[in-house]
Amino acid sequence: MIFFLLSAAVFGGVYLWGLKGLPPMGHYRGPYGDVLNQVATYERHVTDIVTAVNFDYRGFDTLGEEFILFMSVVGGTVLLRRQREEEKSEHKDQALSDESPERQAPEPSDATRVLTLGLVGPLVVFGLYMVAHGQLTPGGGFQGGVILATAPLLVYLGGDLKKFKQITSHTLVEVAEAAGAGGYLAIGFAGLILGGAYLRNVAALGRTGMINSGGTIALINLATGLEVAAGFVLLLYAFLEQTLEIRLRGGK
Amino acid sequence: MSFFPYAVAAWLFIIGLYGIVTSRNFVHLVICLAVLQSSTYVLLLSIGYRVGGTAPVFAGVPVGTLAVDPVVQALMLTDIVVEATVVALLLALALQLHKHANTLDPDKLKALEG
Amino acid sequence: MLFLQFTILTFVTVTATAVVLTRDPAKQAIGISFYGLVMALMFFIFQAPDVALSQIVIGAVALPLMILLALTKIRRHEEEQRERKEKKSA
Repeated sequence: MIFFLLSAAVFGGVYLWGLKGLPPMGHYRGPYGDVLNQVATYERHVTDIVTAVNFDYRGFDTLGEEFILFMSVVGGTVLLRRQREEEKSEHKDQALSDESPERQAPEPSDATRVLTLGLVGPLVVFGLYMVAHGQLTPGGGFQGGVILATAPLLVYLGGDLKKFKQITSHTLVEVAEAAGAGGYLAIGFAGLILGGAYLRNVAALGRTGMINSGGTIALINLATGLEVAAGFVLLLYAFLEQTLEIRLRGGK
Repeated sequence: MSFFPYAVAAWLFIIGLYGIVTSRNFVHLVICLAVLQSSTYVLLLSIGYRVGGTAPVFAGVPVGTLAVDPVVQALMLTDIVVEATVVALLLALALQLHKHANTLDPDKLKALEG
Repeated sequence: MLFLQFTILTFVTVTATAVVLTRDPAKQAIGISFYGLVMALMFFIFQAPDVALSQIVIGAVALPLMILLALTKIRRHEEEQRERKEKKSA
């Protein structure tokens, strides 16, 4: 404990001494931010500079980060798969048929059910709006994708466990995630074939302020939104399945 | 007084590290890791801020207005998604650990078997 | 508006210390949800709306959800182990 306090004090001292070399907060000095703010709207016809930086100027970094997300979803699903001794113990314990499980789980109240199932539609529309308008207003593939991924959660909260399992364990979700990740790669290759550099912006740029502006930025936005939404649905399903199977088979 | 955000970033880092070092539960450790990662957000944010600047979104606002740095915000965006996935993977590992060793205490783990 | 920035940074510090010093993971899940919301407010005050949107959805919804689900599974597993021990000794 003493050792930790001592080393933390030394580390804190060195860290703060290193940070003293930075410009004081509020007086940003560097040239890149200013250049991008002036130039990006004329060059790419988008109004959201952060999305343009994410998907066009530094598009290669975002490709790597998206594959981090992809691989960790794969890792999470592999780690949380049904082990062999779990399956054996569940077959031994269950003696009931499959018709009584829903009566064992506690039913949510009517107010909860009305509210959650009524909000699923507006949430999906809002998520799609956030994905599609990524290059115009704050938003984009990542934010809209995670919003879309919480829509099946509302179905789970409303108590409809069988419907939730039907929605989220479908192979279509896995195909959608692979299509999103592969779509990003394919758009990069289109840039290579038509423009000479990987991920170059080769689609028609359109008018500033319209929803199809930005060329490949809009397309990459859609692919990323698809991949992030499907990835998070798979991850949440892998976590929920740990507790769901026991409830569906008539657990406590 | 304009050194304050950097001091906050250093404090968040140290308190997160303290939580990790003195933790007796793996889930508590994962949450302290999330706090530690948020210290980098504060640092990046305060580097890119400009007094009197507005958000780097020019929908309805003329292009020449003073705005904060967009490159740092792009870095932070991907960082947040990576934080969520790291926490997910670590929680899955903690679950498997509990299934095999029946404990969540880092101090009680003996040498690796197998 | 530098006064607003300093206030929110103090708030972030206090909330982070409270989250770390809570030892029970179930209570910490609620704490980190609140911390995610405070961080999103900080991003908003520092003129970063994209990052604030991302932080709200992930830090206040997805992270506490995964933590609570992991805790549920662990508790369920402990109860099963205890039942099996009782069946063996009975």
